[in-house]
Amino acid sequence: MAVDAEAQFHVLAVDDSLMDRKLIERLLKTSSFQVTTVDSGSKALEVLGLREDQTSASAVSPEHNGSSSLKDIPVVVMSSENVPSRINRCLEGGAEEFFLKPVQLSDMKRLRPHILKGRSKDQQLQREENSNTIIISSSGSKRKAMDEEPSPERTRLRFSTAI
Amino acid sequence: MVLHISSALTASALHPLLCFCFHNTYPEMENASGLHRQLASMKKNLFDQGYLDEQFYQLEELQDESSPNFVEEVVTLFFRDSSRSMANIDEALQQCPRDFHRLDKFLHRLKGSASSIGAAKMKNECTRLREFCSEENLDGCLRSFQKVKNDHTILRQKLENYLQLLRQVGPVDRASRSGS
Repeated sequence: MAVDAEAQFHVLAVDDSLMDRKLIERLLKTSSFQVTTVDSGSKALEVLGLREDQTSASAVSPEHNGSSSLKDIPVVVMSSENVPSRINRCLEGGAEEFFLKPVQLSDMKRLRPHILKGRSKDQQLQREENSNTIIISSSGSKRKAMDEEPSPERTRLRFSTAI
Repeated sequence: MVLHISSALTASALHPLLCFCFHNTYPEMENASGLHRQLASMKKNLFDQGYLDEQFYQLEELQDESSPNFVEEVVTLFFRDSSRSMANIDEALQQCPRDFHRLDKFLHRLKGSASSIGAAKMKNECTRLREFCSEENLDGCLRSFQKVKNDHTILRQKLENYLQLLRQVGPVDRASRSGS
């Protein structure tokens, strides 16, 4: 199967459970995504920050501006808890979608539309970096409440930090 | 070797004879089909008795040539994770004064990992245990947790047997299996 390197989507999966990281990684790879897994929100931000310095083919254009790109990466939340109030808080906080665990192969199809949305927005603003990336994160039981934040752009970044 | 086959022989009597000849001529194939049957029956048993649910099928679906030991790897991680959770729960139940909020966090973790591999009985008992926990019913918690521990022990034994058999069946059988 020929894969266009440009079109390959990259998923950053965040989960503190090694077992769940293994599962989500396999689900994603089976669905032809490129995958990076980390065990915490802070590591996720670190990985995204580090990607600025890498000169890998999949990544980053040299003239990019770090802080602006982080805000526009779509975030999907997953949890084993089906609590509507929490789910709504995630969505209001900037998450594109909520997946109930255990995540299924069929759920993987729901990722592409969000990446494509993010991609066209990046292209509009002439930003190439991180344009094929999506974050999927477990909200776990350690989630902190999200602060009120006036700017919708900043909310997404704060959301990532809050995981 | 010469076989005299009398017309009075029934199919069921003939079968072991054929298996014997077959086994001597094609030992790997005979072993594979016998093991395969055993595997299928073990799996059916696990599902019928409610130890596993459809999520386990998802794990098997994710196993292929690029990840040939995926099921075993995930199951191993599950028992490592769940043993740790259960030790934490044990400790939390003995702690004085009891911190039910902290206990619930461990229960959430345990239930989550049970549901990830399709460990249905454990998952369901964890749900009941969490209810007792939210009511701060210590007695209920202790009784329910004992059930969780029993389910865990039984599941571990059954899955170990299943995986051992799966290993024996190996790549030869997987390659020759068609639409089973």
